[in-house]
Amino acid sequence: MDKIISGKAHTFGKNIDTDQIYPGRYLELVKPEDIGKHAMEGADPKFLEKYSKGDIIIADKNFGCGSSREHAAITLKTIGVGAVISESFGRIFYRNSINLGLPLMVCQGIKEFVEEGDKLEIDLEEGIVKNITKNKILKGEKLPEFVLEMMEAGGIKQYYINKNVK
Amino acid sequence: MHALEKILAKASGRDSVSAGEIVKAKVDLAEVNDLYLQTIKSFYEMGGDRVYDPDKITFILDHYAPAPSIQTASNQKEMREFCYDQGIEKLYDINEGVCHQVMVEKGLVWPGMVLVATDSHTTTHGAFGAFGTGVGATDLATIMLTGELWFKVPEVIKIEIKGKLNPPVMAKDVILYIISKLGTDGAVYKGVEFTGGTVKNMGIAERMVLCNMTVEMGAKTSYIKPDETTFRYVKERTGKDFKVDYTDEDYEYSEEYTFDVSDLKPQVAIPHSVDNGRDIDKVEDVKVDQVFIGTCTGGRLEDIEAAVKAMNGRRVHSKTRLLIIPASKEVMEKAIEKGYVSTLMKAGATFSSPGCGPCLGTHQGLLAPGEVCATTSSRNFPGRMGSTEADIYLVSPATAGEIAVNGKIPGKKTLKEER
Repeated sequence: MDKIISGKAHTFGKNIDTDQIYPGRYLELVKPEDIGKHAMEGADPKFLEKYSKGDIIIADKNFGCGSSREHAAITLKTIGVGAVISESFGRIFYRNSINLGLPLMVCQGIKEFVEEGDKLEIDLEEGIVKNITKNKILKGEKLPEFVLEMMEAGGIKQYYINKNVK
Repeated sequence: MHALEKILAKASGRDSVSAGEIVKAKVDLAEVNDLYLQTIKSFYEMGGDRVYDPDKITFILDHYAPAPSIQTASNQKEMREFCYDQGIEKLYDINEGVCHQVMVEKGLVWPGMVLVATDSHTTTHGAFGAFGTGVGATDLATIMLTGELWFKVPEVIKIEIKGKLNPPVMAKDVILYIISKLGTDGAVYKGVEFTGGTVKNMGIAERMVLCNMTVEMGAKTSYIKPDETTFRYVKERTGKDFKVDYTDEDYEYSEEYTFDVSDLKPQVAIPHSVDNGRDIDKVEDVKVDQVFIGTCTGGRLEDIEAAVKAMNGRRVHSKTRLLIIPASKEVMEKAIEKGYVSTLMKAGATFSSPGCGPCLGTHQGLLAPGEVCATTSSRNFPGRMGSTEADIYLVSPATAGEIAVNGKIPGKKTLKEER
């Protein structure tokens, strides 16, 4: 896992539920490469046209609320989202993302701090967001240590493989 | 300690735990539904071979029951084969119904247990004094691998509900009202306990509605102190011996609220957020194309009965469809025995076989652009039941019955005329 992540910001409002991140009509899909084709489609059908690998998703609060579908985390992980930063997260989405090694950061005031298209640099270990475009810094929350450990392993699957649990 | 903390302490082999701590807890039952073939994939990707304990795992095929596509049929086929291969006997196929109703009816839920399922509405089981919580596929796979899962011990919010409900007001109206006050992020990561006279007088079905929808406030789990109503229901269903630990008197809740529902009116949550609830007489008249009665939130026998009573022999409006999907086979059988199915079909309703139906926008009654649906289910997110250009209104089953007859939400204009 890269501890410093940089990318362009895509901003969303509050309460972006997992139906908006990954619409229910695609839940039958199983392969990550297929799941990746519908990222954020319910919130913005043109998202993938604007998105480049490594870009960062910024949301107001309660990002990933609603359904437990792991597809929501898989779709963002598959297209290589650099990180998702929000004032708060739906708890199941939070767990799913950590499990898959998709970096998340809880950060108060992030919505006012970033505009669509701003270039950002994030230090996950220190919990810091730099807005390169606007030349300012905001402090978010660090990931809990055991979560960071899991992220460093590349997600919970690798974490368990490393621990050799059978 | 709170009763939920005592459950987690016992399950993690400790004397005590407190909010914020991370514990590894043994899981009494892990449930997988048919959206989650990924669970099996993750299990093998993590090096799994045999599941930790096949008796503590159940597979319930409900979200795509019966399969609407070749892909979903293939996913279900793989899940069945996994169950056969691993000796998982608790496989409930597409004939049984929605997981949260099926688990309860089959006696798989009891007070004090830890229940984890690949479904956000697992908070439902707080109605039985169980610690129930939803997770994704990979978390569930770690339970299949190890029998346990990490949890952060949640803070608990106490919600006291008092006052007698005025018919046709139902538990669904109460929870829509509470969510409208506390917001969709009002309980994120937390446990929600319901207490008070109103809750005490509720039957199991109504309690399940309250707990079911706490996830719409972001709750991790919910809780209602088990009492005679709980024990009577559970003991009819399970031979399981269980010991109930109660909350200590000196436990400090993170927040406490009291709601008096004596004067509560039927609630309607307008698009596109669950916390948009308001009194029905504060909503504009809205023409409704489809009324849906079903799901783990609003598809139980009591809900179908409430719709029958509300319709009171009247027919479904000529420009409206009434779609009813009982939450389980047992619910459907009882609805047939009581004559509800025949009454409703004669009134113009359509029935589909038990399962999740169109609640999550996969099949069995999706919405076209520009259409309006009034539903007893739990979510009115954009695109939840089909087109992102459709509008979803959340209502109680009694209100749903009234809307089916009127062809519209009888909002402030109509209700004013009636007065």
